[in-house]
Amino acid sequence: MHSHVFGRSLALFLSMGLVVGPAACGDNTLPSKGGVGGGDQSLSGEFAGSGASSQQSANEAWIAGFRQDHPQTRISYDPSGSGAGVNAFLNGSTIWAGSDAPLSKSQVKQSEAICQGGTAFDLPVYATPIAVAYNLGDAGLNGPDHHLKMEPSTIARIFSGRITNWNDPELARLNPGVTLPDLHITVVHRSDKSGTTKSFVSYLHDAAGSAWPYPVGENWPNDLGQSAKGTAGVVMTMTQAQGTIGYADAAQTTSLGSVAVRVGTKWTPPSAKAAARVLESARRDPEAREPRRVVLDIDHTTGQPGAYPVMLVSYDVACSVYRHDQDRSRARFAKAWLTYVVSAEGQRQAAANAGSAELSEAVRAMVMASVETIEVD
Amino acid sequence: MADVDQAMKEAAMAKEAGAGRRTPDRDPAGQAQGGTHSGARADRIFRFCARGAGILILLALAAVTLFLILKAFPAFIGDGGQRSKAIESLSGGRASGFWQYVGPLVFGTVLIAGLALLMAFPVAVGIALFISHYAPARLSTALSYVVDLLAAIPSVVYGLWGALVLVPHITGFWGWVARHLGWIPLFAGPAAAPARSVATVALVLAVMILPIITSVTRDIFLQAPRLQQEAALALGATKWEMIRLAVLPFGRSGIISASMLGLGRALGETMAVLMILSPGFSYALRLLRPSTSQTIAANIASQFPEADSTGVALLVATGLVLFIITFLVNYMARRITTKAGA
Amino acid sequence: MMGRADETWPGSNKDGETPMKDMRSRASLSPVSSAGGSASSTSVSPDSVSPGPVPAGPETPGSESPATAADGGGAGKGADGGPLPVIDFGKFKPTRSSLRARKRKNLIMTALIVLSFLVALIPLVSVLWVSLVNGVERLNLDFLTHNMSGVVGGNPTATGGYGGILHAIIGTLEVTLGAMVISIPIGVMCAVYLVEYSHGGRLARAISLLVDVMSGIPSIVAGLFAFSMFATLVGPGTVNGFSGSVALSLLMIPTVVKTSEDMLAVVPNDLREAAYALGVTQQRTITRIVLRTALPGIVSGTILAIARVIGETAPLLIASGFIATTNPNLFSGRMTTLPVYVYNEYSEGLAVCGPGAASGCLTDIRMQRAWAAALVLILIVLLLNLLGRLISRIFSVQEAK
Repeated sequence: MHSHVFGRSLALFLSMGLVVGPAACGDNTLPSKGGVGGGDQSLSGEFAGSGASSQQSANEAWIAGFRQDHPQTRISYDPSGSGAGVNAFLNGSTIWAGSDAPLSKSQVKQSEAICQGGTAFDLPVYATPIAVAYNLGDAGLNGPDHHLKMEPSTIARIFSGRITNWNDPELARLNPGVTLPDLHITVVHRSDKSGTTKSFVSYLHDAAGSAWPYPVGENWPNDLGQSAKGTAGVVMTMTQAQGTIGYADAAQTTSLGSVAVRVGTKWTPPSAKAAARVLESARRDPEAREPRRVVLDIDHTTGQPGAYPVMLVSYDVACSVYRHDQDRSRARFAKAWLTYVVSAEGQRQAAANAGSAELSEAVRAMVMASVETIEVD
Repeated sequence: MADVDQAMKEAAMAKEAGAGRRTPDRDPAGQAQGGTHSGARADRIFRFCARGAGILILLALAAVTLFLILKAFPAFIGDGGQRSKAIESLSGGRASGFWQYVGPLVFGTVLIAGLALLMAFPVAVGIALFISHYAPARLSTALSYVVDLLAAIPSVVYGLWGALVLVPHITGFWGWVARHLGWIPLFAGPAAAPARSVATVALVLAVMILPIITSVTRDIFLQAPRLQQEAALALGATKWEMIRLAVLPFGRSGIISASMLGLGRALGETMAVLMILSPGFSYALRLLRPSTSQTIAANIASQFPEADSTGVALLVATGLVLFIITFLVNYMARRITTKAGA
Repeated sequence: MMGRADETWPGSNKDGETPMKDMRSRASLSPVSSAGGSASSTSVSPDSVSPGPVPAGPETPGSESPATAADGGGAGKGADGGPLPVIDFGKFKPTRSSLRARKRKNLIMTALIVLSFLVALIPLVSVLWVSLVNGVERLNLDFLTHNMSGVVGGNPTATGGYGGILHAIIGTLEVTLGAMVISIPIGVMCAVYLVEYSHGGRLARAISLLVDVMSGIPSIVAGLFAFSMFATLVGPGTVNGFSGSVALSLLMIPTVVKTSEDMLAVVPNDLREAAYALGVTQQRTITRIVLRTALPGIVSGTILAIARVIGETAPLLIASGFIATTNPNLFSGRMTTLPVYVYNEYSEGLAVCGPGAASGCLTDIRMQRAWAAALVLILIVLLLNLLGRLISRIFSVQEAK
């Protein structure tokens, strides 16, 4: 009698396994370009990448787009974070890593082990404007049409705790005709180490001069206001209370108000187009001298009209030759993948689905020159 | 329920009756079977397996300690400059030494878990008493299920609920507390808006550990000697006096060890803290302000994704500290129960 | 209040006889000594025994002595034979004002106790209600039978859905099954050792102490352990489903050991002795008689243990990772589980519905998916809980027959 109970529950579990077993797939069908048997059949197998969570939306779009041309591939991207992603890449467990930060000297050195004597290189693939967003919904200042104007130094003073009320004279001077509420400013920043924080802080460091007293780093440097994990956490915190101000991926802050920052003599609100304009004038970072590396140096003090200089540039890390890659399938995948990602089509897909700024022709040419060096035969 | 009680009584009586019951078993039994070698061998193998499983548990704990130490090793030994750089990067320049880094985290962990226990304890004992002594028999079984349901809800769901539902609703209340009780340093304002403060997190953790404390204390209250309770009532004690005199003293050690279990659980809770708290890095005792404290567990989950190899070692080292703290708490709980029972 | 009662515990009281005698002698004192005696007996709540408190003492023990009651109670482990509290009935000498105060206090405490229960119901109802309302929106067959491959932002897929959780359900089942396969044999055998083989030896005491300690291991530490172990033994950066299983089994083993231990301990000794008397070896006695008798209890306890670990997020985030496609292989490659899926969808935030997006593009689709997956997770955990209770209920009914 007793064993019956056990037997039955065991059978239940096993049957659950059996039901699931054959159905183990559930992939959503993709509209294939060439119908059945279309596309490039030469590339097949499973390929894994991991890294920056900022790139996840773009990667969803890229994987879907790439598989239309290469239906025999299965690609996964684990948004485990830049640090974990680069670690996994350096261990050889993934083919590419997404990273919000360029490789460090020691990481490049470490990569010799998995890149068969060569070194790994990082290529910019994804750039997105970072909005300085605020929630003044009760004052009617939220929404895509409202942009408070701020100087870089004003932003720096707010985020270092020296401007503490929305009706501060400095804000009133910059925004004539706007009635600012008498409301305490609650600064919201990231609580986790992040590329977004680093990009925002380097903007303040470069553009605000002495008004920004902290060094550049990936962790927020003070205990002001509130902090939250991830972009979603920051946006959620801002939505939940009036008088908050924070920085986040511009695509995520559409329901909030965003600051138009002073660039040259103009006030520029965040937009993918405006960020792309800064990318046009971006130069290669002279620090990253290793072969094939393309690290962009964003000019935060640009005076170019219509440019928006607060942005995150995210990189893909790959090898030109892979260890344990006899049939070169990894290298062939890496080449095809990166070619697609930086292609005009790939960039357009990312812009449409993740709200990113498309890379300029000049940057794409630089990146393609590196991608071409991946040895596939 | 009643059957289990019955069986337990039987077992207890049997224990009394035949304390030496286990002595006359094995060898005579083996011989009486006609000296079958296979039976004896199976016996030995089974015995060996059972013992092995027990030892495996000791080994598992040893392995936990060993692998954590192994992985945390680079955080203690190695290039000092690189180490302090990693700590500075993890803490946003707030700390440069390991103890300087882990100190506020330990403080935050203990503060939040302690507060959660403080909030959960009276309610849990109340519910346990309600189930064991106040509710009608049929209702009380149903209520036990309800309490166990609370324990079954995954922490990530509590995190979602806390961050999206509780925080907006409780902001006003904490603001009121800060305005009226702000003269007590503990409740000094301005209260966080939204209320992603230590107080809110402790409240959610209290809800999470409530069922653990309740179910253990409930079982103990149900076992309080009936006779004394009835005697107390018969002598004219009110129900509460009966509980105070005949139930609570009986369950004292059990209540304490149950709360220690709850405390251990609160110390290690990750997701709810990660999703609700606005973390800070200080020793401040300001429950309603944001950005004052962070727990070790949530800090690991928060910083792990972006940590480089030295950073991972550091985070594992903080995990080791958390392991030691929970080890001590559980060990103390165990000591209290055995001492009271001896 | 408890402290005061504690002081009156007689340290040398072993057999439980003394407190009863003590009680009787004191009891005989107080009601007689004052005219309030009758008043005190009227204030007795209706469920108490008889109006005459004095004779009730010696008669009631009948079937069970206080010693067995306390012993059977056990007060958790190791509390057997603990001292019983002696009631200081001298306190009950009633006066009119004290009587009123006592009644008032009784009322207040009753109100507080009932209130505490209602207070605890608020979060439970709120959590369940919110998950239901938010989760039902996206919960449909398409959601349960598809994974997240090919899902781009808030755009609908070819089947009209918005991606699903099939991969996460499979992942959760496989990882949990792995944890079961590791922890159930070890846990049950360890309980067998503790109950049947160890004669309260030093090893057994160490094991049961460490099992208690182990039950308090924070889940994230278990995740770090699995991560560190696989990094050291298999290779750095090893992330797979089985690594998550190891982490979960560490959290599961103590629960399995404890419930199995309790269940084995209540198997009547007559059964063992009868088997030994028939010349059955100890191994066969344990496997054929003791374990079989305790099996339903062990199964239900184990199911409750599974229900506890199936909702773990933090260790799996570190040990098993996240992917969008179905990975049927437990031992290789990342594996998404339901709680990790919920967390990932939550932390991704809004989807972008740009100019090129399909019609029907939803910006808040990720939050909807997170709630729907959370609802599925709650349902699975509740089902497991019910299953565990059902099994233990069947078990008790059979015992009663």
